[in-house]
Parts: sequence; structure tokens; C-alpha cells
Amino acid sequence: MSTTTVRTEETAAPAPGPKKGRMSDRSKAEQKLGWMLAGPAFVVMLLVTAYPILQAVYYSLFDYRLTDPAKRSFVGLNNYLVILTDEIWWTSFGVTAFITIVTVAVELVLGFALALVMVKALKAIRPILRAAILIPYAVITVVSAFAWQYAFSLDSGFVNSWFDWIPGVTAETDWFGGTFSSLFVICLAEIWKTTPFISLLLLAGLAQVPEVLQEAAKVDGASWWQRMSKVTIPNMKAAIMVALLFRTLDAFRVFDSVFVMTAGANSTETLSFLAYRQTISRVEIGLGSAVSVMLFISVVLICVLFIKGFKVDLSAQRGEK
Amino acid sequence: MRRPRWRSRALAAGVVAAALVGLAGCGAGPAGPPTLNWYINPDDGGQAEIAARCTTAAAGKYRIAVSQLPRQSAEQRQQLVRRLAANDTSIDIMSLDPPYIPEFAEAGFLAPVPDDVAQRTTTGVVNSAIEGASWRGRLVTVPMWANTQLLWYRKSMVAGTGLDMSKPVTWDQVIAAAQSKNKQVAAQGIRAESLTVWLNALVESGGGQIVTNPSPDDPKGVQLGLDSPAATKAAEIMKATAPVAGPGFSTASEDENSEAFQGGDAMFSPIWPFIWGKVKSAVEDGSVPASVPADYGWALYPRTDASQPSKPPYGGINLGVGAFSANPELAYEATECITSTENQAYYFVSNGNPAAKEAVYKDPEVLEEFPMAPVIEQSLQQAAPRPQTAYYSEVSESIQRIYHPTGGIDPATVGPAAAALIKAVLAKEKLL
Repeated sequence: MSTTTVRTEETAAPAPGPKKGRMSDRSKAEQKLGWMLAGPAFVVMLLVTAYPILQAVYYSLFDYRLTDPAKRSFVGLNNYLVILTDEIWWTSFGVTAFITIVTVAVELVLGFALALVMVKALKAIRPILRAAILIPYAVITVVSAFAWQYAFSLDSGFVNSWFDWIPGVTAETDWFGGTFSSLFVICLAEIWKTTPFISLLLLAGLAQVPEVLQEAAKVDGASWWQRMSKVTIPNMKAAIMVALLFRTLDAFRVFDSVFVMTAGANSTETLSFLAYRQTISRVEIGLGSAVSVMLFISVVLICVLFIKGFKVDLSAQRGEK
Repeated sequence: MRRPRWRSRALAAGVVAAALVGLAGCGAGPAGPPTLNWYINPDDGGQAEIAARCTTAAAGKYRIAVSQLPRQSAEQRQQLVRRLAANDTSIDIMSLDPPYIPEFAEAGFLAPVPDDVAQRTTTGVVNSAIEGASWRGRLVTVPMWANTQLLWYRKSMVAGTGLDMSKPVTWDQVIAAAQSKNKQVAAQGIRAESLTVWLNALVESGGGQIVTNPSPDDPKGVQLGLDSPAATKAAEIMKATAPVAGPGFSTASEDENSEAFQGGDAMFSPIWPFIWGKVKSAVEDGSVPASVPADYGWALYPRTDASQPSKPPYGGINLGVGAFSANPELAYEATECITSTENQAYYFVSNGNPAAKEAVYKDPEVLEEFPMAPVIEQSLQQAAPRPQTAYYSEVSESIQRIYHPTGGIDPATVGPAAAALIKAVLAKEKLL
């Protein structure tokens, strides 16, 4: 297939004659069929994705309170100005970035270790091991958040009594009473919940590393670490990027754990929670929409930075170039 | 294989006929009396039982169906606001937490209360309940049950502290007594609406007000009294309570506090009367010794200023009729049945929620079940509602942001800081 693609490009480039852009009847029919097959999905996607985004952008230009629609007025970019000059936005941004960086970094290391274990495990126990590792990911996030909250709470929790041998932990340690102790539990819950996801993606990447390269490196006398750093990881670059990108986007939108465990108290509010409170709790649709649009822009920026930063061309990985 | 044409036509005709029959069914509507949907806050089944009783009493004129709202009052508000903003006609009656009533009234979400209904449903009702059910000087909802916080104390622990609980006590005395016995004062220190309830009661008891002018037509004109001496004293009490409020004070809600009080960690707790029903249930299921309820004492909410009576928190539930209801007259008729003296007495005894009608407090069954009923009634007569403004959520959340955790506040600056935040938020100059 790749050969066919290259040939088409080669012939099309140097001969821009009258035939350029012309399609055969078969190609036209295939293209038509393609649109007919993909068209409905495309329309549905526009309806469920693009429409709400555009509506949020539109609302973000208004001073609009749900309980007072008569006083709706156009304010232009004022909502964005309010957001960007408010310390609450920047505090929430910092908290979100902190949770994202810490959880993704820990998950990458842990997930990679788990993927290696799954690859190397005996065939007999491999399915059981994979199922066991995946269980936390099967738990609904809000349920997981409640479980961790109950574990660390003062009245129903067992953590304080089990870990009182650790300096600083006593029966009266109020984990949700301070910023960093709260963030520690939130990060722990996120790591427990989503490490299996990252390990599964890395496992797929590990499986794609050609065995012949490993063999060749072994024959050349490369140590385990040299094989890992020079052969395995470079060949998994695309898988690592996908895993990191997915998890970073996911972590950047963290909501459930914060909502359940602290409700944003002690400066633990994230951007999603901030958007929720402006829109749902305060019913300030204009301001809330602007926060949501800012969050959306942040997520798009993360995507662009990852793709540019990793310099991975996924179409090349698929063999299209 | 091709299907014969006649079969295809017959199939199509059948589908069309079935669809028409279905549509006809939808258009006809259910047979029988109109159904009034009552959106209730979660309870122990009392409102559902009252709905069934009123359906029977209506003798076929209407039927009441209940739908349950979320547990937290802020979430109840959110769901109702979203539905009503979309002109939801399914909301006939709704159980409303009093602080959100001005917002609902301003938004035009409530059908006007007919004068005769207003007159009948407020006769013999405690002052705070009427005040909480009104907005702009008019009754906009029907009082159903009225709640208030008492000062609960453990008799055995208070003994020997020199505190005479038969006389009014101040917060300073309560804190000092708890300190002397190394026991807790279980107050609601969590960053939640209960923190606003506490602050409001402290400020009102000191002769001040959080919102001095609600300015319903212009949010920028809202005036606040958070820099008054009463507000400063309130902040001093909040800060002084923190060291005697237990290790989990900054996350302590009513549930945690009732546990601390029941378990004997706390000597005092300013809290709603639900803890009485809770301890009695705990005795029944054997999780608490039978002697514990006898150790429970109750008194009026502590004073902020020794020279003036306290103004305890006021809560409860009022009934609003949806502005988009198809049957507002019937809905108001139903609210009169729901809030009858008999039903309020039933609700008090069965669910532990105090009545808005004074006559209920003379009911022997109520007095037997709730020996503190006379104190509850007195507390309700002198209780003060939370800040009555269409922007209560903004006021409350700003307070929670600035006053939490209460152990770390500076009483001299926290009030003005909260006032500045509220003003900026209402002027749409700041996030919240």
C-alpha cells in the first residue's frame, strides 16, 4: 500500500498537466462511497462536539446569568480579561499543572515497570496478571475517589492507624485539612486509578519492538540497560507519546477526585472544578463558558506541544510515508 | 432473497398503524385525576407518606407523585434552577431550602401565592418561618417545616465546669468550659454552606447582619455588614473555637459532628435537632448504650454578646409552586393539605423535622417524642434567616472561601476581605 501511495505522489508532482486532479470514475465512486459511509458519523460528531464548543465560545462573550436571562448583555472579551487577571484562575492552573505533572510522571515509570512485568510474565499467569493490573481502571472514577476519601478520612479511615509508624502520621492526621496533604491523596488516587491504562498502552508499544533488534543487541554484548535505552525505548517512542498525551489530557481535566475529596477547599481547586462552579453552581453561563474555552485552549496547546516536542509522525509509524 | 412486494407494503402499513396508535396514546394522556409532581429533598420517607395521605384526602381531585432531589441543598438548587430555566412544566410543587427562595422568586420560577392561601398557611406559624418564606415583603412560598440549631451538651461533662445551662450561655463560656475538660466543641468547620450558617448566626446574635441591603434590582448595590463590630466578634469566636473543635475541624460537617457528640468526644455541639433521632436509633440498633440519650442536654443557641439574646440559625423546608406548572391552583390546594397541622405533627414525630406551626409544639405525642420541643419553638421564634438576597450562592461561597479554615483567619481583616470579594464577584469583576 505504501508503494502505491508513493507512486501516486511521484507521478502527480512532476507532471502538472491538464490531467492533474482528474479522478477516474472508480475513484470518484469510492470517494462518494467514503463520504456516504463517513458522512453520518461526521455530522453526528459536528453536532455533539463542534456545536457545544461553538456555543460555549459564543456565550463566553456575554454577561449571562441563567436565573436572569433578561439582563444578558454582550461584553466582548471582558470575561477572558476577568479570568486572566484573577489569582483564582492562576492558582487553579498551578494546582492542575501540579497534579498533571506528578501523576503522569509517576504513572509513566510505574506503568512501564508493570508493562515489563506483563511482557516477561509466564504465559500461564499472564492473563491473570493483566486482569489484576487492569482492575483499578475498571473502577468508576467517582467511586475510586470516595474509596480513597473514606480510607484517609479521620472518622472512617484506616490509613492513620495502619501507617502511624511513618513519622508525621498519627491517629489525628487530617489529610484533607491542608493543601499538600490533600493533593498527595488526590494524586495517589489518580495514580492508582490510571496507571493500568498507561501500562496497557506501553505494553502494546513493547510488543511492537522487533525481537530481532533485541537479539542483535544481545549478540553485540549490550547490557540490559543499554538494550532498554538504545533499542526498546527509542522504538517505543510513538507508543510513549500516545500514552503520555492521553494521560496528560486526562489528568489536566481532573475533576471527580477533587470534587469528592476536598470540594476545592484548601486551594485544591482545579480548572475543571473552577469551570463547574462558575457554570453549574453560580449559573454564570458567560463567565463559566469563558473558563471552559480557556480550558479547551489549554488542552489543544498541550496536544500541539506534545506532537511538536516528540517529533513523532504517526502517519510514518503507520507506514504511509 | 427478494421479499414479495405485498409483504413489504403490509409491513410498512403495520409500522405506520402502530406508530399512529402510539401517537394517539400519547395525545390522550393518562386517564384519571391530574398528577402533581412534588420534588422533595431526601428524608426518611415522611414526604412520600404525606403525599399519599393528601392523594387520599383529595378524593380523586388530584394525585401527588414524589420525585427525589439530591441530598445537598446546593445540589437541589442546581437541579431545580436548570429545570425551571428550561420552563419545565413537570414541576408542580418543590421543597425549597429557604436561602434560595429570593433567587427563585426574582427569576420568576415561583407561581404567585393566592392571598387566601397565604393567609391560611401562615396563621399560627413561627416568625422565622414566615420571614424565610417571604421575599420583597410578600409570601412567595408556603412554610412546611422549620429547623433551628440548639446548643446540645453532655450533662455529665458539663458538670463541674461551673456552667449553669439553665441560663443563657455565651460562646466564650462554652469554649472555656470545653477547654477546662479537654473536650471538643463540635462546630461545622468544613468549607460548605454550613460555615455560612454558623457565621450568620454569630453575626446576627451580635446585633449585626451579613447583608444589610440586598438591592434586588442591582447586584452592584448590595451592601454588607462584614466590617461591623458584630462581624469581628463573630470571627474571633470562630478562630477561638478551632483549637477546641477536634483534629478534623476544617473538614467537619454536621454528620461528623453528630458522631463526635454521640461518641463522647465533644462536650458541646451547636447543631440541628436531627441528632436526637439519630442517637435514639443508635440505641435501638445497639450501637450506643441506652444511657447516652439521657446524657444529652439542650439549650438555646449560645450568645455572641452576653447582653443580647442569640439569633439561632433558621432552616427547614418551604413549598414552592412551579411557575410553569399546568395546575398551579391544584398545587396550592395540595400545599395546604401537605402543611396541615396533622401532617406537620406526623412529620416531626416520624422524621424528626420540627414543624412551622406553633400548635404542633403542644401535641402530647410530639412532646413525648421530643422533650426539647418547647426549646425548639422558642429558638424558632428568635431565629434569624440566612442573608436574604437573590445572590445567596455568591455571598455564601465567598464567605466559605475567605473564612475557611477558620483556625487561620485574622478576625480584624477577614470580614472586609470577604466583603470585598462579594462586591467584586457581584460586579462580575472576579471569579469565585
